[in-house]
Amino acid sequence: MSFGGRLTAVLGLLVVVIGFAVWGVISFLLPQPSTVVFTASSPGAPIDMTVQTVPAIGFGFQPVWVSYLVQNQQGQWIHSTVWQLPAHTRINVTLDQYDSGSPLRNQNWGRVQGTIGGHALYNGKPFSYYDSNTGNNGVGHTFTVPALNLSVPLIGVNGNATNTCGAAPCTTNFAHNTMKFSFVTPGAGSYNWQCFVPCGGGYLYGNGGPMSTLGYMGGFLDVVA
Amino acid sequence: MSETSGTTDDQGTEPASSASDASAPAAGGQTRHMWRIVTIWLVLAIIADVLFYTLVGPHVPPGTMTSSASDNQFDFNILLMVALPVLVAVWVYLAYCIITWRASRAGVPEPVGGPAARTNLGVQVGWIVTTTVLVLGLFIFGTVRLITGAGSGGGEGPNPIWTPTSAHILPVQVIGQQWKFTYRYPTFGGFETSQLVLPVDTTIEFHVTSLDVIHSFWAYQLSVKADANPGQDNVAFTTTRQTGNFTVRCSELCGIWHGAMFNYGRVESKSSFEDWATSTQQLTAKNTALLPPYALTYTPDANNADGGYYPDNVDPYSNAEVYGATPGKPTPPA
Repeated sequence: MSFGGRLTAVLGLLVVVIGFAVWGVISFLLPQPSTVVFTASSPGAPIDMTVQTVPAIGFGFQPVWVSYLVQNQQGQWIHSTVWQLPAHTRINVTLDQYDSGSPLRNQNWGRVQGTIGGHALYNGKPFSYYDSNTGNNGVGHTFTVPALNLSVPLIGVNGNATNTCGAAPCTTNFAHNTMKFSFVTPGAGSYNWQCFVPCGGGYLYGNGGPMSTLGYMGGFLDVVA
Repeated sequence: MSETSGTTDDQGTEPASSASDASAPAAGGQTRHMWRIVTIWLVLAIIADVLFYTLVGPHVPPGTMTSSASDNQFDFNILLMVALPVLVAVWVYLAYCIITWRASRAGVPEPVGGPAARTNLGVQVGWIVTTTVLVLGLFIFGTVRLITGAGSGGGEGPNPIWTPTSAHILPVQVIGQQWKFTYRYPTFGGFETSQLVLPVDTTIEFHVTSLDVIHSFWAYQLSVKADANPGQDNVAFTTTRQTGNFTVRCSELCGIWHGAMFNYGRVESKSSFEDWATSTQQLTAKNTALLPPYALTYTPDANNADGGYYPDNVDPYSNAEVYGATPGKPTPPA
């Protein structure tokens, strides 16, 4: 093969290798959870959402990570934290917490903030704050939308519970706590939400891993007009 | 600078006449050019500075919401008013050269230096003196402004060198955490909230800290900026002067939600602030009782409010604990 031919072959091979590398990086960085769309049955009607937090998602590239899941309006559990909601609409959230908890690093997140009425229901009982330092429950996660000053502590299942859920989606046969709260969506925009309990065990300050990966312990409320 | 000397011929060799011969007829032309340039520069520089100060100056960020904002706005205006004449000088000199010594102008020699330029004592002394005065003047100005502004809104560490003279100071603790700032008000029982509300005409003493990684508290319109380091109390001062809203951003890359780590605060009348603070104190009283006692740094170990990540109560930032090396979740305290 002539020098020109060899040079062309080498350069071609180089382009292919670089192309694969770029494709790999982009495909690693770009994927986002699918957006779960919620629509009101009629304009202004409230929307009911059912959400769960699980101690281990049980599938995917990080099966042992804690995660949120949401039930779409067809009743299917979706592993996504990007939810599309209509603006200026009341959202009634039922959140089943299957994970255990611990004392909060910052007890400020033990307070219910920004919900309608300033409280939430913990297994049917209203509460406005939770002492994470007592008992065997602690707080497992929070559902917090910083821009809305909305935050609800998700009280962990009892540390002595034996029938804990091992993989998502969990059913209510497993040990869990049910939190209910309502809030009103603001005007159109994209509002990030996250958990404020450093639950990414094994990562820096507990805020890496699932805490730093979209689709697990944080996401967006895509509010549309 | 001369129309008649200090030039080269087409071959780039020195002119036939000596420098001393050339300097005599050159003096008049050189002076004329110099004074023309200086006159044009002076007029334009004065016009530029006056226009800038009167038209742009009042709108220069960060505004006048606080003492430090006003001070910094004034400082920026002064710096720009010093810089503008320099900019004008460059442009005037460039334009003058292009027009005066353009190639299409017949009979005009090219001003490419030569002995007259290399040995012009006036130009050299003027250049050195002017730049020295400018640099030293800016150094002194900046230092004086930093002192008189009680740190000029910047974090001064745990032991501020420059403190305000006001007898009434409202302390507010700023706690950075991934990924939100929260605020404690020790004057009102030490409640913690996600809202930053301040009274007008009041000197504020920010105590900025972090309970995880490094953040930076930047209240833009307040012109306050202080790093939030774990285990450190970084103090910054300002005095509020106008009511209104302001933006707080984290200005230290701190993780995936760094870009979302912002909130809006507001400066209110003293009575409105008092109402807000009192009602918030009452509203959060039960939860405040569960917080660690107010301290100048936020120590998660205190009061067991550590989330179990700092179990030995000795070194809250050892690698083993920071990286969650404690196996499983610790047993909550009895």
